[in-house]
Amino acid sequence: MKEYTYTEKKDTRSGFGQGLLEAGKINQNVVALCADLTGSLMMHGFKDAFPERFFQVGIAEANMMGVAAGMTIGGKIPFTGTFANFSTGRVYDQIRQSIAYSGKNVKICASHAGLTLGEDGATHQMLEDIGMMKMLPNMSVIVPCDHNQTRAATLALLNHEGPAYLRFGRPKVPNFTDPGEAFEIGKAVVLNEGRDLSLFATGHLVWEALEAAKSLHARGISAEVINVHTIKPLDADCVLQSVRKTGCALTAEEHQLFGGMGESIAALLATHHPVPMEMVGVRDRFGESGKPADLMKKYGLDAESIVGSALRLLDRK
Amino acid sequence: MKDSNELKQIARQVRRDILRMVYEAQSGHPGGPLGCADLLTALYFSVLRHKPEKFDMNAHGEDLFFLSNGHLSAGWYSVLARSGYFDTKELSSFRKINSRLQGHPATEEGLPGVRIASGSLGQGLSVACGAALSKKLNADPGLVYCLMGDGEQQEGQVWEAAMFAAGRKIDNLIGMIDYNGQQIDGPVDEIMPLGDLKGKWKKFGWKVIEMDGNDMDKVLEGLSRARDLSGKQQPVMVLVHTDMGYGVDFMMGTHEWHGKPPDDEQYRRAMANFEETLGDY
Repeated sequence: MKEYTYTEKKDTRSGFGQGLLEAGKINQNVVALCADLTGSLMMHGFKDAFPERFFQVGIAEANMMGVAAGMTIGGKIPFTGTFANFSTGRVYDQIRQSIAYSGKNVKICASHAGLTLGEDGATHQMLEDIGMMKMLPNMSVIVPCDHNQTRAATLALLNHEGPAYLRFGRPKVPNFTDPGEAFEIGKAVVLNEGRDLSLFATGHLVWEALEAAKSLHARGISAEVINVHTIKPLDADCVLQSVRKTGCALTAEEHQLFGGMGESIAALLATHHPVPMEMVGVRDRFGESGKPADLMKKYGLDAESIVGSALRLLDRK
Repeated sequence: MKDSNELKQIARQVRRDILRMVYEAQSGHPGGPLGCADLLTALYFSVLRHKPEKFDMNAHGEDLFFLSNGHLSAGWYSVLARSGYFDTKELSSFRKINSRLQGHPATEEGLPGVRIASGSLGQGLSVACGAALSKKLNADPGLVYCLMGDGEQQEGQVWEAAMFAAGRKIDNLIGMIDYNGQQIDGPVDEIMPLGDLKGKWKKFGWKVIEMDGNDMDKVLEGLSRARDLSGKQQPVMVLVHTDMGYGVDFMMGTHEWHGKPPDDEQYRRAMANFEETLGDY
C-alpha cells in the first residue's frame, strides 16, 4: 500500500487563486469576475496582475453569470468567483439558460462549499451544488482534493471548451498531491490499488479515504482508493474496472447523498455491474455552525465514519 | 442603407411572417413582435453594422443585438431570415419538432444570428453588458443593442445590470424597452406598476430617450440619436413606445394577443391588414 504524506495543510481556495493567476499569464483572454468576495476567493493575485481583466460586479450574482456568458462572445474566457451557495442555487436559472443551454465557455468557480465552511452555518454550507450542476446538460463538474490539485484543475479548465463548475473550500486540508501532476478532466486517479473494496472519494474526503484505508489495512482489509475529481463526465471505465475486481463500492463526499458523486456511481453500477454499496455523505439534512473537524465527525464524514461504512459493506459482500 | 419607405415595405412583410408563423404553429406570441416589427426591421435593415451571410459568434467589428424578451422570437426570426442569416423557407419550421427555430431563441441547434438563449426573462441585459465589455477589451468599435419588455422590468436582475452598466461606464451599450404597457395577465399598470420608468433609468445613471416605435421615421431618428449618445461614459436606454399587436386592428390595445395564435378566420382577417411586399415564405 502506498503511503501518502504531506508537509503542510493548505486551503484549496488558494490553489484556485494561484491557478487563476497562472491562467491569466498564459492566456490574455482569461477574465475574472467576482461578487464582492475577492479576498475569500483568493483572487487578489489575478486582480493585481491584470486589473483591466478583473471585473468586480458587487453583490449581484445573477448579473455576474449573465455578464460572464456575454463576455464569451468576443472570445473571452470568464472565471466567476463566489461562494458555492451563490454560485449555484442563487443563480440556477441564469446558469441554466445563459451558460449551460447556450453552451458558453464560462468557468464557475465556487469556494466555501460544504459543511467545512464551519461557523457561518447552514445558510452558507452548500451541500446540493454538485447535484444541481451535474443535472445540467453541457456542464462539467470538478471537485479537486487538495491545494495542488485545485491549482492544476483551474489550469486544466483553461484548455477545456465549455461550461464547467469547479468546487473547492475554505479550510486548510492536507496538501498531498504532487504539484507537478497534470490534471486530466474526466480521468479518475487510482491512489491505492486494493482487492477487497473500491473506495471512491471526491474533494478533501479523498484524504479521509486514504486515512481510512490505512486503518482498514491494519485490520487486514485491502481498499482500492480512487480520487473521483471529475464527477461529470464520470470516469465510467475506471469505476467499473475497479468494482469488477473488488466486488463492492463505497463512496465518500461532503455533499447531500441525493444528487452527489455517490449517486452517479450508484446509477452507473446499477445499470452496468450491480454490487453491494455504501455511501458516506450528508443524509438529507442541513448543516449547522461549528468547527470543521467537529462537523465532519458529527455528520459522519471523517475517516472513522468511512471505516465504519467499509466494515458494514464488507459484511454485506 | 434602405430608405424609410423601403423599410416600411419590409416591416409589412415581417408582420405577415409573424402572423403566418404563429398561425401555422398554432402556438406562440403574436402581439409583442407585431408591435416591435418596425424597430426590428429598422435595426436589421438599416442600423446594425453586421454580416448576415457570414454569421460569426464572436462578431468582431460588428454591432450585436440581443433579444432579452425571447418570446418575440417570431419577429426576430423573420428579420434574421429576411436580412440573410438563413433561408426564409425555414420560417415554416417555427416551433415544430426538429427545427432550429425554437419557441424561444436558442443556440443549441446553431441558428445563425442567435448568440444566446433567451426566454426566461431578465437575463439579456447582463449578457449584453458582458458582450459590450468584451468588445471594449478587444478594442472593437461595435455597439451592443439589447431589447427587453416592459413587463420584464419587474425582474430584479434587470436592475442589477442597470447598476453595473452605469457603474462600469459601459457606453457601447444601447438598451431598448418595448413600452407597450401590456403583459400576459393584463395591463402592466395593474399587474405591477413600473412607476416613473424613465426617471428610474435616469437615476440609475443611464442616458434615456423615448421614441414612437410604430412610426418608421421616428424609429430611425430615435436609433440615430441613441447611437450619437453612445461613447460618452454612460449606457443609453431607449423607451420604445409601441402598441402590442400593432397593425392588426383587432389585436391592438389589449393584452389578449400576448401569447395566443389566431384561428382560421382571425388569421384571414389579420393578414388582410398587410399587403405582401417581399413575397410570403
